[in-house]
Amino acid sequence: MTKKEIFITSAFTENSIWRQILGICSALAVTNLMMNSLIMGLGVIFSLALSGFTISLIRAWTPRSVRMMVQTLIIAAYVIIVDIFLKANLPAISKQLGPYVGLIITNCILMGRAEAFASQNKPFDSLVDGVGAGVGYTFVLLLIGFIRELFGFGSLFGIRVLGAWWTPWSIMVMAPSAFFILAMLIWIINVRFYKPKV
Amino acid sequence: MDISAFVLFWAAIFTSNILLTNFLGMCSYLSVSREVESSFGLGVAVVFVLTITAALNWLVYHYILVYFGIVYLQFIVFIIVIAAFVQLLELIIERYTPALYYTLGIFLPLITVNCAIFGVSLFLVIRNYNFLQSIAFGAGSGIGWLLAILMLAAIRRKLKEKMVPLGLQGVGISLIITGIMALAFVGFSGIVQIQ
Repeated sequence: MTKKEIFITSAFTENSIWRQILGICSALAVTNLMMNSLIMGLGVIFSLALSGFTISLIRAWTPRSVRMMVQTLIIAAYVIIVDIFLKANLPAISKQLGPYVGLIITNCILMGRAEAFASQNKPFDSLVDGVGAGVGYTFVLLLIGFIRELFGFGSLFGIRVLGAWWTPWSIMVMAPSAFFILAMLIWIINVRFYKPKV
Repeated sequence: MDISAFVLFWAAIFTSNILLTNFLGMCSYLSVSREVESSFGLGVAVVFVLTITAALNWLVYHYILVYFGIVYLQFIVFIIVIAAFVQLLELIIERYTPALYYTLGIFLPLITVNCAIFGVSLFLVIRNYNFLQSIAFGAGSGIGWLLAILMLAAIRRKLKEKMVPLGLQGVGISLIITGIMALAFVGFSGIVQIQ
């Protein structure tokens, strides 16, 4: 596979969220505002790409029995960098994201890509795969965030787009809407692109 | 925070359920909930591990990380504590109660990567709980998670004979059921707020 194919596959055709149902926790939790979704997505792209690269780099010297632990520690190291960076530069958003930045470590997408791709492929392919999976994840987050912020606050990225006549739907800010929107998204994508078997 | 441990325990189950309002532990929630029996097994294991690791991580955070000034390492240390505890538990259960091992043992490796466990440890640091509050919050969160997965498993069992649109089958319909459950739990949220 060329690098472009790897990217398309991991970002869209085999998207982690709607295809493999991984990493849903944070996809639901941080999407009430688009800004939070974007920052979270960037954090995931960063840690996914670099952890994939590192894991792939040392895959030949990693004993099979401890490889899960090694992978987790590598991922954790990059997530700590993201966390410290956010705390220093974007303290307000870091506070809103709360524990969900740290939870990137236990996000199934990272472990899934490490196990399924990075531990068997070349470093740069893994880097591309990581960026691809991260972009696919960010795309879904922004999509859900768009719907929730538009209807819940009448704004996008904190800028008001719907006028004063708009009555915000408070349900969109609360937890249940996230479940419904993700379910609808999976439904539409399944029917439209993957043609479920009868 | 000046909220009594007792109130916190109930709040963690109902008003801020770890799964239905904080979205933690979704992966194993969706994949294990096919059978009521296995859901119950995993749920009980989560309650147990969550309560103990909440206490352990509180002690580790306040007496080791803060003491040595290495708070920035909390993610790695928490993960190691959880993984080591689960591993130890597996060994003990296998050695002394083989019967329990056959019902619970297969779920233990799943727990290490369950984000609810790690999430609770992070919450109790962020919200600055004391030791007793941490244990209450851990136990409450675990029971809340058990409640959610049991409800989903029971509904999915009923749903087996029903017609579900093709594209929604599996995860889609589970998410919608979860959404409706979350809607019901929003009704509790006025009673007490913990944030």
